[in-house]
Amino acid sequence: MRVVHYLNQFFGGIGGEEHADTEPQVHDEPVGPGRLLGQVLGEDAQVVRTIVCGDNYATENMEALTALVLEQTKDAQADIFVAGPCFEAGRYGVAAAGLCVAVSSELDIPVVTGMAQENPGVDLHRQTLYIVDSGKAASAMREVLTKMSNMAHKLASGQDMGSPAEEGYIARGILKDTFVEQTAAQRLVAMLDAKVKGEEFESELPAPSFPEIPAPAPVADMSKARVAIITDGGLVPKGNPDNISAWAATNWGSYDISGKDGLQGDDYEVSHRGYDTRYVEQDPDRLVPVDVLRELEESNVIGELHSQFISTSGLVNPIANSRRLGREIAAQLKESEVDAVILTST
Amino acid sequence: MEKAGIPVCHVTSVVPVAKMVGSNRIVQGQGIVHVMGDADLPAEEEKELRRKTVLQAIEALKNEAATP
Repeated sequence: MRVVHYLNQFFGGIGGEEHADTEPQVHDEPVGPGRLLGQVLGEDAQVVRTIVCGDNYATENMEALTALVLEQTKDAQADIFVAGPCFEAGRYGVAAAGLCVAVSSELDIPVVTGMAQENPGVDLHRQTLYIVDSGKAASAMREVLTKMSNMAHKLASGQDMGSPAEEGYIARGILKDTFVEQTAAQRLVAMLDAKVKGEEFESELPAPSFPEIPAPAPVADMSKARVAIITDGGLVPKGNPDNISAWAATNWGSYDISGKDGLQGDDYEVSHRGYDTRYVEQDPDRLVPVDVLRELEESNVIGELHSQFISTSGLVNPIANSRRLGREIAAQLKESEVDAVILTST
Repeated sequence: MEKAGIPVCHVTSVVPVAKMVGSNRIVQGQGIVHVMGDADLPAEEEKELRRKTVLQAIEALKNEAATP
């Protein structure tokens, strides 16, 4: 089994943050953790090529890096592509996961990476990749590489992958049909029985977890702040120009309100199947309070009402999808120098 | 938004959900069907109520978020 390995400048032995601009380097041998990877992979596998790249270079030149990695991996006749483990290193994780996705889809060979649950690379690509849960501590390198190596062997030989708990990878959110002895009712009663007795039981439906985001500092002076309105209540201009779906929306829209003293029902409609939308359609200010905020802008309680309101439909949205929408909206508002947001949810 | 450092005040009538997903600044809205209003009130009173809700949100943005 021929393995191509991707590392950042730190694990590649070039140096820390001061070398984050390092351009990609190609070595026809294992480097750094790659040597250990070679050991745990066993005799029938070897790391034939290593690509090392600085985190900043990777972030800023992802297209060029991807092209190079694809070319080098193909040229090395790799049977499998391994990236990391990246632990908590965010830029490294994003690059590693992105490269894995590219190699998997372009070259059609198995890919394995490893990172901590909190790494943004996980958020981006957990659904498509097997990402070994590396935890945060790089001191667990051998253990993590062993898991990654086991996974590499399994994937390369086409064996069935076990559950996340069995194999040590981060849940991809995939449901698998299996045969069980007991009916749902019997399992439910057994769980309830265990709960009442204070015994351990395992839920079959893990609740989604929401990482705590520390609250940003308050706005020092609202009378100078640019305030934007976002809603997940699905308010859109008549005709729904961006085709925002009424449920599980995959996009969002940004709609001009400059010069408007309020919103008129005739101009808007609601794309949301989760509540009775008649009241908002009568008067959209009930969801997107442009009338009041415009007055507060004139009386200088707020500095400025942002010229657009942002809308999507927050109904039965997969969380990964909602996170992407959030990231996209945040990036745009950041660019528009918005200081604060009022988010209205139905 | 808050990951990007922009403070948000979440106005919703379903406060438990806002708490569950980790919103740091929350203001109670008037109802699912009209978070920022109340169709049963005369127009002027409704707008006054909306002003009150928006001002609460602005107040929340001016202040440190309470620890959840």
